[in-house]
Amino acid sequence: MCGIVGIYLKTKKYEKHLGKFLSGMLDGMATRGPDSAGFAIYTKEHKNTFKYSICLNEIKEKDFKKKISKFIKKIKLTSYADHVVLETNEKPSKILDLLKKETSEVSLVGYGKSINIFKQTGNPKDVVKKFKLSSFSGTHGIGHTRMATESAITTQGSHPYSTSEDECLVHNGSLSNHNNVRRSLVKDGQSFNSENDTEVAAGYISNQISKGKDLEKTLKNSLKDLDGFYTFIAGTKDGFALLRDEIACKPAVVAETKDYVAVASEFQAMAHLPNVNSAKIFEPKPGVVYHW
Amino acid sequence: MNFDLNKKTLREVNQHLQNVDRKKNTRKFEILNPQGQHAICAGLKDDIDVTVKGHTGYYCAGMNQKATVTVHGNVGTGVAENMMSGKIVVKGNASQSAGATGHGGALIIEGDASSRCGISMKGIDIVVKGSVGHMSAFMAQKGNLVVMGDADADLGDSIYEAKIFVKGKVKSLGADCVEKKMDKKNIGELTKLFKKLNISEDPKKFKRYGSARNLYNFKIDNVGAY
Repeated sequence: MCGIVGIYLKTKKYEKHLGKFLSGMLDGMATRGPDSAGFAIYTKEHKNTFKYSICLNEIKEKDFKKKISKFIKKIKLTSYADHVVLETNEKPSKILDLLKKETSEVSLVGYGKSINIFKQTGNPKDVVKKFKLSSFSGTHGIGHTRMATESAITTQGSHPYSTSEDECLVHNGSLSNHNNVRRSLVKDGQSFNSENDTEVAAGYISNQISKGKDLEKTLKNSLKDLDGFYTFIAGTKDGFALLRDEIACKPAVVAETKDYVAVASEFQAMAHLPNVNSAKIFEPKPGVVYHW
Repeated sequence: MNFDLNKKTLREVNQHLQNVDRKKNTRKFEILNPQGQHAICAGLKDDIDVTVKGHTGYYCAGMNQKATVTVHGNVGTGVAENMMSGKIVVKGNASQSAGATGHGGALIIEGDASSRCGISMKGIDIVVKGSVGHMSAFMAQKGNLVVMGDADADLGDSIYEAKIFVKGKVKSLGADCVEKKMDKKNIGELTKLFKKLNISEDPKKFKRYGSARNLYNFKIDNVGAY
């Protein structure tokens, strides 16, 4: 089944409450996906600082810090349960290479100037508490609660999937041609860390964007290239986009007020948001890309 | 009588409504703070009147018999699904599969209904004052789907003997669904329905759609295949 949520703030009014809003939304979707949860929260970027969200797996934070400090001098590590956010001015090409070669025991969840991304197995209600999601402020965020179908219940199998700088994707549904698409994307230089279908969709989006296509056009193309059923929310530094496949078996509802736009699989995920009862509430049409 | 879903569980409220004491006079109820919960007012079977103040989740007023349920808000997937009789009024918009497999009674949606409205309907009357989404009246067997606004793609795909009336534009018709002549008998039927549901509309402004009967009828040309 799976549940997906997203919230985009149109004004600054609720920036401090973004984490709290998103946390409540994931709580509300725990019934649709009790296996694991994850979220990406976008905060303001600081000039040249890149943030790397890393799942430490079995490694202790101090051991990881010791190891990584050998290679890069100026770093800042902030710990969130078994994840850390590593901040540095070093270019991604160097850090990504480093993480792959020298610290392969940890897994990179995502990176960028704006994105903070966390995911873990367990009931969403516990996962959001573990990462203290309520304490985050930011401009927009997306999240996912998972009921596993395509691959195992692991951190790697959880959403969101981030396959490029400041990009990520959550998905409700399943894709049937993901193996074929994965093969052709690998040939084109894209790399994957799991057997999951959604990671392929995320890779597909990153691949198209790296070729200069915009997010809207990319999602439009996905209607013909990705076979299966889905509601996608794709996050970028500036906002997020929403797409349902043309059959539209997978639900989505949008609530828009003057302060925010909220998207969720079911309305009950947004029932706690301020003034939601007077919001403009509608169901996104099949095969139409919406973006904010 | 009021029920606040912030204070009482949905199960308590539904059980109360499903087992109303006929000897008591209270037949009017109000539900507050529905918060998008699923299956609100599902399985009502008595002639009672329930008003829901707010947005509901899936299967609101499903399997309804005799009761009148009015929702002052939007409803999620499958409102009034498999309804047998009674009347459901939605003041806002309805999500997918509104009135699915409904056998009887009336479902009135004052806003829009999204995809597959009236899927597999079996005798229910559905009136949508706004527009309906794609694949509405899919495999619809009996009853009337009346749309004041527009209908999205593939209206009436694989339809059996349900009747569709649309005042606005139809984006496209599904397999085996065709436009049919709106004759005196049809105008009379629609006039009767509007009168019953207290709707002031001119039946003459509607176009009628129904089955071409090519898909579900046995064709003698295919006898060799069996």
